[in-house]
Amino acid sequence: MINGADTVWLMVSSALVLMMTLPALGFFYAGLVQAKNILSVLFQTFAIAAMVSLFWFVFVYSECFSGSGAWIGDLKAAFLNHMARGSIHPGTAIPESVFVMYQMTFAAITPALIIGAYVERIKFGAVLLFSALWLVLVYAPACHWIWGGGFLAQWGAMDFAGGIVVHLTAGLSALLAAWALGPRRGFPHSVNPPHAPWMVMVGAAFLWVGWFGFNAGSALKAGADAGMTMLATHLAAATATCVWMGIEWIKFGKPSLVGAVTGTVAGLATITPASGYVGPEGAVVLGILGGLVTYGAVLVVKRHMKVDDALDVLGVHGVGGALGSLVLPFVTGLGNGGTALARSVGAQFLVQLEAVAIVGAWSLIATALIILAVKKVAGWHIGREGEIQGLDFTSHGEAGYHSAG
Amino acid sequence: MKLISAIIQPHRLEIVRDALLATGVEGMTVTEVRGYGRQKGHKEVYRGAEYTISFIPKLKLEVAVTDERAEAVIAAIQKAAHTGKIGDGKIFVLDLEAALRVRTGERDGDAL
Repeated sequence: MINGADTVWLMVSSALVLMMTLPALGFFYAGLVQAKNILSVLFQTFAIAAMVSLFWFVFVYSECFSGSGAWIGDLKAAFLNHMARGSIHPGTAIPESVFVMYQMTFAAITPALIIGAYVERIKFGAVLLFSALWLVLVYAPACHWIWGGGFLAQWGAMDFAGGIVVHLTAGLSALLAAWALGPRRGFPHSVNPPHAPWMVMVGAAFLWVGWFGFNAGSALKAGADAGMTMLATHLAAATATCVWMGIEWIKFGKPSLVGAVTGTVAGLATITPASGYVGPEGAVVLGILGGLVTYGAVLVVKRHMKVDDALDVLGVHGVGGALGSLVLPFVTGLGNGGTALARSVGAQFLVQLEAVAIVGAWSLIATALIILAVKKVAGWHIGREGEIQGLDFTSHGEAGYHSAG
Repeated sequence: MKLISAIIQPHRLEIVRDALLATGVEGMTVTEVRGYGRQKGHKEVYRGAEYTISFIPKLKLEVAVTDERAEAVIAAIQKAAHTGKIGDGKIFVLDLEAALRVRTGERDGDAL
């Protein structure tokens, strides 16, 4: 029977998660690029959300959640033809339509996360084709393996709200896309800094709020689990914000707003896989670890690997998601409020490690193939002249800012 | 007549304006500009990475004055714009051949 409270919470959560893409991620990323590329970034997130929603309707939902195959779902729910108005999603008390909608918002934000790696230099057609193929070949299998009853679910892999399905897949694919595309002009020494740090903060603030839908919504019902998940999510975000602020204060003598809000997002990505399993103490520990490790990861990608993952998708999302997934078994039992593991900490850690490794490897392999296909079909780099002129004008014939009139 | 063109720190504008009002200057033009002098820009840090900002935001102030007022105005700007730190700016003085008030057609000293 449908439960009204659960249904309301999942509908609100769906709206919150869609808000994370539109406008939150758009603002977060758009503020970090140069003024001449602001519209291209906003447009990429918007277009991906629209396009993914249609793919979701056509067959990707079915690929993720229909059937009991170990590797991939079936096509019985293609065109959402399986769903009557009153259908209830199995194992829950919410309408199937709300479950479809909720999961659709996850599918929308995940390829949108990747754009942070290739902003300021990619063709718009390549963005759309890459995102569509990536949704079908990377997101959908990973989603099925862990949330749709696939082999990793059968092994007992724990990923409450998408540390592996969302953040790890996006982060690793982003790194590969950035590497394949090559760096922006002048990287790493004379790339221009973010054009609107205030906009980065507005985006991060919306993300923070939206993330309650992302994590606490993943409980799939209103109640104690959703409540504890929301608290854990908030505490981890707050902790990681303070960690980034502290590191920059010590290292550079001044804490920066962009740094602090990057810490917020890193903390949110880190708590995501564990958010439904930990109590407050576990959440704070994850926030501390998330802040420290992602800060280091951002530096490693840019300085040591010399890859222009422009907006740090791997460092913030990929590493955060993987870290939370791997540390999860060790922190669920910390203090009060966590859930019990089905097996020993060591055994669960092994399962988590396997899930991270397998999904990570598949993300890299499939993304490599996707990049080759996109290069052939849609082209890839906008070209040096287009890059100098900016994607707003080159790709869309628009300008984000007009100086007068 | 002289055209005094001063590059100043944006945060000194109000103080410079007050100083100019005190010398009897009736009007001025302010433009947002970007540039650098001997210090060659500055560094900003985002997400732990340092970026060199070559062109720093400044304000350009333009004031047209009669010859006899010029020195007082230059001194007022120099005093008001001064903080003692690198990047305080520069003052350029140019000879001004003619001035004309669009509304009335008055010329030169009467137009200022």
